[in-house]
Amino acid sequence: MTVTRPPAGMLSVLDRPNSYIGKTVPRPNLDRLLQGRGQYVSDLELPRMAHVVFLRSPYAHAKIVAIDADVAKRMSGVISIVTGRELEAVITPWVGVLSHLKGLKSAPQHAIAVDRACWQGEAVAAIVATSRAAAEDAMEHISVDYEELEAVTDMRTALDPATHVIHPSLGDNLAFERTLNAGDVDHALLGSEVVEADFVFGRHTGVTLEPRAVVADWSAAEGRLTIYQGTQAPHMVQNIAALHLGLREAQVRVICKDVGGSFGIKVHIYADEMATYALSKLLRRPIKFVADRVESFNTDIHARDHRCRGRIGVRPDGTITAFEIDDLTGIGPYSMYPRTSAIEANQVVNLVGGPYLTPNYRARARVVFQNKNVMCQYRAVGHPIACSVTEGLVDLAAARIGMDPVEIRRRNLIADDAYPCASPSGMKFEQLSHHASLAKLLQMMDYDALRAEQAALRAKNVHRGIGIASFIEVTNPSAAFYGVGGAKISSQDGVAVRLDAQGSVICQTSITEQGQGSESLTAQIVGSVLGVSMDRVRVTLGDTDNTPYGGGTWASRGAGIGGEAALQAAKALRQNILDVAAAILQSTPAELDIVTNSIINAGDGAPRMELNELARIVYFRPDTLPPGIQPELMATRHFVPRQYPFAFTNGIQASWLEIDTDTGFVTLLKHWVVEDCGTIINPQLVDEQIRGGVVQGLGAALFEKCIYDERGQLTNANMADYLVPMSGEMPDIDIGHVVSPTRESELGAKGAGEAGTAGAAAAVANAVNDALRPFGTKITEIPLTPQVILTALGRI
Amino acid sequence: MSAPVSVSLLVNGEPIDAVVLPRLNLADFIREHLKLTGTHVGCEHGVCGACTVRVDGEIVRSCLMLTVQAQGASVETIEGLSDSGEIADLQAAFRERNALQCGYCTPGMLMTAQDLLKHVSMPDRPAIREHLSGNYCRCTGYQAIVDAVEATARTRAERRA
Repeated sequence: MTVTRPPAGMLSVLDRPNSYIGKTVPRPNLDRLLQGRGQYVSDLELPRMAHVVFLRSPYAHAKIVAIDADVAKRMSGVISIVTGRELEAVITPWVGVLSHLKGLKSAPQHAIAVDRACWQGEAVAAIVATSRAAAEDAMEHISVDYEELEAVTDMRTALDPATHVIHPSLGDNLAFERTLNAGDVDHALLGSEVVEADFVFGRHTGVTLEPRAVVADWSAAEGRLTIYQGTQAPHMVQNIAALHLGLREAQVRVICKDVGGSFGIKVHIYADEMATYALSKLLRRPIKFVADRVESFNTDIHARDHRCRGRIGVRPDGTITAFEIDDLTGIGPYSMYPRTSAIEANQVVNLVGGPYLTPNYRARARVVFQNKNVMCQYRAVGHPIACSVTEGLVDLAAARIGMDPVEIRRRNLIADDAYPCASPSGMKFEQLSHHASLAKLLQMMDYDALRAEQAALRAKNVHRGIGIASFIEVTNPSAAFYGVGGAKISSQDGVAVRLDAQGSVICQTSITEQGQGSESLTAQIVGSVLGVSMDRVRVTLGDTDNTPYGGGTWASRGAGIGGEAALQAAKALRQNILDVAAAILQSTPAELDIVTNSIINAGDGAPRMELNELARIVYFRPDTLPPGIQPELMATRHFVPRQYPFAFTNGIQASWLEIDTDTGFVTLLKHWVVEDCGTIINPQLVDEQIRGGVVQGLGAALFEKCIYDERGQLTNANMADYLVPMSGEMPDIDIGHVVSPTRESELGAKGAGEAGTAGAAAAVANAVNDALRPFGTKITEIPLTPQVILTALGRI
Repeated sequence: MSAPVSVSLLVNGEPIDAVVLPRLNLADFIREHLKLTGTHVGCEHGVCGACTVRVDGEIVRSCLMLTVQAQGASVETIEGLSDSGEIADLQAAFRERNALQCGYCTPGMLMTAQDLLKHVSMPDRPAIREHLSGNYCRCTGYQAIVDAVEATARTRAERRA
């Protein structure tokens, strides 16, 4: 591990005896999951609970003329069949826009379609029954009279005057457009070699192993709705449910226990989830909705369906003179709520060229409506596109001037001592480490030896390639992401810490757990700062009634923001404990410390009093405390970054692969990542976040694509036809770190959750082009299926 | 064919008598009738492996098997393997190596890994990857799982030696 700079100040609260910071410790409470005794929403049953299934439009675009449910309503087990028009009385529609994305427009979306369905899979009726099977039986007996309408499916023609406008009230199919012009691109390109390419990205989706699941329980007696949901952002769900059901937020409680995978899929508000909340209120009983796999493919947000024309200018000495992009993406018929579907394109504009020195950058991004499933933010939002375009162009530029891909990066990456600085798109960088990361990567992969091996094998007609991709990653987002645009999505997080009556610690945090290790990092930080062993720290997450208010876990923010809140809360509690201890022991707080669950003398380490004894006195014998002492064995602190809108991180990835030029199959041999996420709380958890993220990116690079036909029908909405990475095709992934802590927090941690996904596909695409260099091909499309490769080779 | 049918089987060694619809699959029976929710449902078409259980010693996808087909069989779920201690070492290896994140694939993954370790004493990494290649994990990227299975194979081999 390379440390580019030490944390500010001297010995910090993290450098204490028995600190858990920087150590690999197993996550607490894993036995629950290892024994199959987790509590996922799919597992939940409540008394009188009914099940809802949704009848979904088979057409990409159709007028709903009539719905006949008479037969279905009389079937055994059926409780109610509800149409969009009927549900409107309970829940109001929404429009997914944010004011800081100027010009972003969308149309009102209903929980269940009213009069018109706008994508194949949009719900047109809800069937509530005593069991899911009974509801599905009844669904087959509902007859809907549809009038099929023209479907807009090709993003390239969505803005043509001849194309049908999906929402006539909006005037056209343009949801959002952003342009940027920094420096002088035209002038820069004049004296440069200019390389141009069209980059095409497959539309893919998250495929969480547990589908989206919600149980909504309206208590008419309490006037309160309890929502059990696998979500990344409980307080956001609370806000939105209350807003559209006409309730105060205090009337809504959101509980989130175990979540079977998320990756951004479960950070949004889906129409069928809103319908489930509303149905519970309407029918005054608990209602459960669990998407099946086909519904997941048709309704979980999709992502990355972009076509991006990119240009790069390069001089013979390797100097990159400019980047230019024209990005186009189709997002489905509505901008998703409440985070909107313009963020990915906006991020692409923000991030292209980000690791490099050139000040000349021009960009246009257009976001258009289509009659396909909605697109929105998925792990590493925009990053894989920006990284693939940038790094693809850099490699093409290197090839044009005959320079090694490593050398061109060395000459153009922002110097490690140039910070703080800003990118042409205005992104502020506090401290990045591109060159240290590159150097470490080359050493880990033994670049020169691999090049020699590649050359030797080429002589034997074995085609291997090396691909490299530098990247930057947005983490720890401040209010700049959503709050400034008017969304009630908190960018701050809070942690409450208290000492219980036996000297154990209970923490409540507003960040959430989907397996990243939020519980672990909170316990590690609190245990370290307080001087309490981790087995005595219990963490509560995912309950709006029982945690401080906060944003949750998304955009690589849990450790950096929630972790700092935990650190500050633990510091405050530690001071309170030492104040009480000093009073009891007739000492001063400065002369005392807490180590391994005991108060000790700071000077000689002599034990003075165990924490459980202190707790006993405080809670049961406060009469024995000196007069005027009121112990506060609970402390709450909140944190939000204020100085930097985002804590940018950086890293670099490399792929080593082999292509069978007869079959077009790619075999991934090895993958390397060097990443700089600042202070590392738990090295194992960081590495596993990166590995998991890389493999999601490898899926995008090689396999994953939602295939729509020209009528807007998703043709591969099942796991046999939509391919995801399985263990057999995945390589081992080596990970290294450079550590540049952020000085915006005492903890110094930045996010690490999306780094793997950001750069993996770019590294693979560059490696494929490197392997195929003798054939004179250039592929700028993912997924890199055998068909794509064989087509490029002219074999089919 | 749609009238309820009586079925008798052993689940984790416990005799179960039930009356079920012929169409009820074994995964739904285990989860909804027996409340053993450790058997997870991910795709309901036999691809993801989350619902893997053991029937008469062989691993099967319980979403692809009807409950009535388990008449007279011995079914073992993750809860049974956990309580008997059969996979305690494998579970410990998963914990130490963080070979699980969200945990949803984990019961099926453990079932499949234990099946491999019962049949092959010292599988190499490609063999482990191959045997697990019918179990989908979106979180880990598989390497930690392969490491944990490899480590368990090694310790079991050492114990035998």
